[in-house]
Amino acid sequence: MLLEVKDLRVEFPTRRGVLTALNGVSFSIAPGEVLGVVGESGAGKSMTGAAIIGLLEPPGRIAGGEIRLEGRRIDNLPLAEMRKIRGKRIGAIFQDPLTTLNPLYTVGRQLVETMQAHLPLSDAEARQRAIGWLEQVGIPAAAQRIDAYPHQFSGGMRQRVVIALALCAEPQLVVADEPTTALDVSIQAQIIALLKRLAREQRTAIMLVTHDMGVIAETADRVAVMYAGRIIEIGPVRDVVRHAQHPYTAGLMASIPPLDRKVERLAQIDGSMPRLNAIPPGCPFSPRCPHVFERCRVARPELMPAGATDAACWLHDQPGASA
Amino acid sequence: MVAFVISRLLQALPVLLVVALISFALFTFVGDPVAAMLSQDASLADRENLIRLLGLDQPWYVQFWKFVGNAVQGEFGLSYRLSRPVSALIAERAPATLELAFCAAAMTLCIGVPLGIFTGIYKDSWVSRLLLTVSLVGVSLPIFVLGMLLILVFAVHLGWLPSFGRGETVQLGWWSSGLLTVSGLKALILPAITLAVFQLTLITRLVRAEMLEVLRTDYIKFARARGLSNRSINFGHALKNTLVPVITIAGLQLGGIIAFAIVTETVFQWPGMGFLFIQSVGAADIPVMAAYLLLISLVFVVINLGVDLLYYLVDPRLRAQR
Repeated sequence: MLLEVKDLRVEFPTRRGVLTALNGVSFSIAPGEVLGVVGESGAGKSMTGAAIIGLLEPPGRIAGGEIRLEGRRIDNLPLAEMRKIRGKRIGAIFQDPLTTLNPLYTVGRQLVETMQAHLPLSDAEARQRAIGWLEQVGIPAAAQRIDAYPHQFSGGMRQRVVIALALCAEPQLVVADEPTTALDVSIQAQIIALLKRLAREQRTAIMLVTHDMGVIAETADRVAVMYAGRIIEIGPVRDVVRHAQHPYTAGLMASIPPLDRKVERLAQIDGSMPRLNAIPPGCPFSPRCPHVFERCRVARPELMPAGATDAACWLHDQPGASA
Repeated sequence: MVAFVISRLLQALPVLLVVALISFALFTFVGDPVAAMLSQDASLADRENLIRLLGLDQPWYVQFWKFVGNAVQGEFGLSYRLSRPVSALIAERAPATLELAFCAAAMTLCIGVPLGIFTGIYKDSWVSRLLLTVSLVGVSLPIFVLGMLLILVFAVHLGWLPSFGRGETVQLGWWSSGLLTVSGLKALILPAITLAVFQLTLITRLVRAEMLEVLRTDYIKFARARGLSNRSINFGHALKNTLVPVITIAGLQLGGIIAFAIVTETVFQWPGMGFLFIQSVGAADIPVMAAYLLLISLVFVVINLGVDLLYYLVDPRLRAQR
């Protein structure tokens, strides 16, 4: 395994006590694999990504569990060690390309400084490679555009530059946090295709955080569904999309409007995700779950084998049952 | 670039004209220069004579036009109080004020900016908290109190530094410099500190606030995610992004230091323009006051132009729009 996350717990100390933002999150990513992470806002998907690259916003902190990269623990590394992993072993792509690039430096300079921070390159070599990367991510006239400033690029072009920045030190894993959310729909597909192609060429694994099931279905090999700081279902993308085992995932899939027929009303899941300080005992989804029964309200289910996926749902603890 | 400078200079013209009008109005509304210049027993004919000589019988716009024409040539007439050309008086006093102002400004930037960066990066350390508390004192302490305290401690009790004056000066052409003699430098220390403290605390707090703001941005987070060193993030990416507002305020401060050195110069009997101005106010010496007013507005105009040019250097987004 390239990346293993075991029982990750992230806490936020606040004035009114400690909030647990992530609780018992476990998953792994194989080399070259694309893992999609979906969930509503506040489910903890971005935070999982931030915890992996060691950039949780203070006062958030990792309170338990471990993160291993090729077997080596990286969640408790000193800052200087972690710096060598960021960019070089784990790259990152953020949501909004308009704010991710430093407005005062040319894109070339930002590429060069990133490569030189991790690779022994002379200025001329780094510049040559920077041009190469801009060409790879599909920036026309890269040799001229390298000296342009971020504001001289469109949003989609800037996200291409961000992708180049994330990949230029050739990391084994890229954490892409909502990489297409801020972009036009027409550009989203291009960016996803680009990311997928480059990842395949470089054998880079991707953790693709998004709330867009369409993006996941197109791109990911496996998908993890998060709810209220937990992974509630994880499995191969085809199975999760077609045969969701957790009632929440099933509701999520049912709420995607079908293209082939007209529907009167879109399906929706009643209620909303609980706030972090008001997560019910037992299964966090139980107040909204159509299949809820007594056990769900008192005991918290862990991930258990359910069909072709793993789901955290008591329905699957009974022999022969399915959602 | 050249077009930009020229357009800015043209925009400055109306500002200077308005200030000139106000300066000119001083002559009409503050006191009667003729009465001030004539002796007690002058005859009515003498009075008429002088009025004609000074051109006061002309309509006001003619007088104003003459005033502007003379001002452009650096000609502001005679000081009522000292009966010497105002331009000569100011040229004599300007070096003292400018040296004091630039020393204070240098102190402000060389200490204030690093302190701001430090307290911005280590926002929760006790050193930062202490510095910020002390800086509150700096912001709230009136300049003249601080000046007198410094005189009391370093001049009266310890006797290390002079309490007034400029020390020995060296004449470099028309410029008299106190920077080249030991006594001149010693005399400069206390007034420069007095003048700098307020500005320094202000710039520290400004840089800190801007740093905190910038360090929260996505591009700084992304720079961290790219594995750049802290030094390059803090001093390259973050600091450069705080510069535009800091340059704005620092420019205004430099203008302020030059214009409002009046209090400091008075406390330390510093022979600069501010001190000259205060003395002139006391004597209703209007030509000097008018010239000072115009000169200070010119200083602000020049500084603002410099600030605009610096923006241009720092921020590529501004370059694109022009």
